[in-house]
Amino acid sequence: MPRPALHLAVEIDGDGAHPAAWRRAAHAPGELLSPRRLARTAAAAENAGFTLVTLEDSILPPGSADGTGPVGRIGAVERAAFAAASTSVLGIAPVLATTYAEPFHVSSQIASLDHVSAGRAGWVVGTEEDPAAARAWGRPVVGGADAIAREARDGLRVVRDLWDSWEDDAVIRSVATSRYLDRSRLHYVDFEGETYSVKGPSIVPRPPQGRPVVLAPAGLVPAELTDVALVGGPTPAGAGAAASAAGAPLAFAEVEVALDAPRETARERIADLERYAPWEGRPDRLRYTGPAAGLVELLADLAGRVDGVRLRPLVLDEDLAVLSRLVLPELFVRRLAARPLPGTTLRTSLGLPRPLSRFTTAGAAAPAPEETR
Amino acid sequence: MTRTDPHDVPRPDARLHFGVFFQGVNHWTIWSDPSSGSQIDPASFLRVARAAERGLFDAFFLGDGLRLRESEGGVHELDVAGRPDSITQLSALAAATERIGLVSTSNTTFNEPGDLARRLAGLDLLSGGRAGWNVVTTHNAWTGENFRRGGFLDHADRYRRAEEFLSVARAVWNGWAQGAVADSAEARSWSVPGAVGRVRVEGAHFDVDLAPTLPRSAQGHPVIFQAGDSGEGRDFAARNADVVFSAHGTDFDDALAFAEDVRRRLRAAGRAEDALRILPGTEIVIGATEKEAEEKARWVRLHQVTPAVALGIASRLWGFDLSGRDADGPLPAEDPVVAAYEGRFGTRWVDDPRAVVAEWRAKADANGWSLRETVIELGPQRGHVGTPAGLAEKFARFVRHGALDGFNVSPYLVPDGLDDIVELLVPELQERGVYRTAYTGTTLREHLGLAPVA
Ligand SMILES: Cc1cc2nc3c(=O)[nH]c(=O)nc-3n(C[C@H](O)[C@H](O)[C@H](O)COP(=O)(O)O)c2cc1C
Repeated sequence: MPRPALHLAVEIDGDGAHPAAWRRAAHAPGELLSPRRLARTAAAAENAGFTLVTLEDSILPPGSADGTGPVGRIGAVERAAFAAASTSVLGIAPVLATTYAEPFHVSSQIASLDHVSAGRAGWVVGTEEDPAAARAWGRPVVGGADAIAREARDGLRVVRDLWDSWEDDAVIRSVATSRYLDRSRLHYVDFEGETYSVKGPSIVPRPPQGRPVVLAPAGLVPAELTDVALVGGPTPAGAGAAASAAGAPLAFAEVEVALDAPRETARERIADLERYAPWEGRPDRLRYTGPAAGLVELLADLAGRVDGVRLRPLVLDEDLAVLSRLVLPELFVRRLAARPLPGTTLRTSLGLPRPLSRFTTAGAAAPAPEETR
Repeated sequence: MTRTDPHDVPRPDARLHFGVFFQGVNHWTIWSDPSSGSQIDPASFLRVARAAERGLFDAFFLGDGLRLRESEGGVHELDVAGRPDSITQLSALAAATERIGLVSTSNTTFNEPGDLARRLAGLDLLSGGRAGWNVVTTHNAWTGENFRRGGFLDHADRYRRAEEFLSVARAVWNGWAQGAVADSAEARSWSVPGAVGRVRVEGAHFDVDLAPTLPRSAQGHPVIFQAGDSGEGRDFAARNADVVFSAHGTDFDDALAFAEDVRRRLRAAGRAEDALRILPGTEIVIGATEKEAEEKARWVRLHQVTPAVALGIASRLWGFDLSGRDADGPLPAEDPVVAAYEGRFGTRWVDDPRAVVAEWRAKADANGWSLRETVIELGPQRGHVGTPAGLAEKFARFVRHGALDGFNVSPYLVPDGLDDIVELLVPELQERGVYRTAYTGTTLREHLGLAPVA
């Protein structure tokens, strides 16, 4: 039986999508940076039935325009690895930007996340656009949209090649020949970009998924290098059009959500937070405000237009609970979406094939490693 | 065996500290035995970390190597290789362990301080103050081929960059005042005004301006380890480190000489002698009797030093490819070729190949050893072999005489190579009063008995 169409992702960075979300969080403000709170949020997303969580990041503080929001954040890869070890079926995709970071390190980090999660890793390709990030990194500024896109594209190429640089069966443990590795199944990537080169191979064996799932904002990097395009539009039709135009195997629509909660409506909750800071809308994101049933209808509509959604809840501690109680169960009953199955990789949950290493010797199709370990 | 009188020694109350080093790259880890598990499956890391925690170890330790080692014109095939990014792996272990310290070896040449300090601080927070950082400086151009800047750093500058790197990292870690986050959702802003500082550094190696994004952890900030053996490396440790991970832990006199050298450098740096822990790397082979232990050690050596491994080690010593030779025959007749070392095989293991080969020849002749036996007897090695009681006596002497503070133990089998130590040796040490019987703190700094961060 084919899996239902709509894949469900949720952004769990910070306290929620609203810059003042921390004021309605169910914990003391500083608790945001604690392991307990991270484990709780990841568990809430997993138990709700999401297939994937994403984790925003930057070397710069998250903050809000007026400087009153949270200025603390643990690195997304560290949070992702910790969350992976405290969950069992949830996909986990941190944001990493290769604007300044070394692609060699990014490749190792995401490959390692895939190992520690037994094949549940994704990577949201990010960018560091603020020149302040260059000063924080201590590197020359990468300025202008073209240069930023170039660093994103080249970084992605290097990372993918490094994931492929160990064939699946490179560890041979041949006692007869005294060899642990077969060097003919390890490959120099010999990447030559416009601004740098990388030799390889990776120091990390090929990830369980072959290549962890790559998500990227539509248009940032060549679509054929990605698995999921993150698209948006102010209306479902607009998001659908953006999805068709994206050219990636899958397209997820960005949807901000504020739901009616047991004691307050979404509007009242937003109004409460607007006393502190505005929640600026963006033309590249849908926004839904109202009762859970209305969100189910919106998602049912989107199911025919996009392959998935990434929800951005107003306040995680409040909206995740409503999503879990009233929205996802309804989507599952109506077969619009499904929980990820235990023991499957993120690729499998998303219906994506496991890629062969591009360096694999022609004809010698490598067997896929076991799905569960 | 007679027991040392605990009052007749310089440090009668000293306790031994154990770390476990999950190596993942080298011939010490036996992969050919059926009990040898995966080097990358998270279950292997968890199994070792949990065994160490059961044994009340201070720390679980991961190494770092930013390029796959090469020999004879390609990737080195004979040894285990392929390991996870250490901070990523340790962040996962933080969720699955309770007490044990989590130490990442991370390089100061091919990282940037704003980024690495933040990653380490994240690990420290996620683990409740259990993070450590083993500062290493590998800088060769061959490794640099994996990075944007290539091999940009002079040998002479490796510790200068490391020192400046560390000072930026410390500034990042100390950037938030105590209580920097509002305690109520009604506060004017999330952070207390003025409590979050900025780090501005314009140094010889770094030009950085950033706003730190993390508070201090339960232990202040990560514990600093150092593992370079040169004079510069030791001075760097004396000025900056909390723990030295040395290679001087097999022979008592060598260990004591190293410890005294480090203490002399500590005094010169104006630090107290007990400000630094010395934890040499070692291997420990345990048997019920001395004879059984020796037999087991023989088995271990033969599985580590296969004929091919022996020829590989000899090739690196002689400076040319010996892979076609007979390892069970005599030593190569040729003299070694001494060439500049490119770093393709990690840290160079001998300084003077001619002298070492001369010594090997003399001893091989005297004992009738083959090349492989010579490598086993005289090649790179470290380690202790004995019964639980015998080893406990020996280690008590080491620690009570101030020759070291403990060991960073490398299991020769993964994942269950620690079990003997935890089940057999630790109780003997406890009985002699040189090992803790329960964790008394929650942070790595507390496990090591280090003073709190100022
Ligand atoms: C016991 C020991 C363990 C080491 N482990 C590593 C390691 O995992 N990764 C690494 O890059 N260097 C490692 N090193 C070497 C350091 O990189 C060191 O910074 C480098 O060799 C240069 O310093 P030196 O000239 O002072 O020895 C280790 C050294 C010792 C003695």
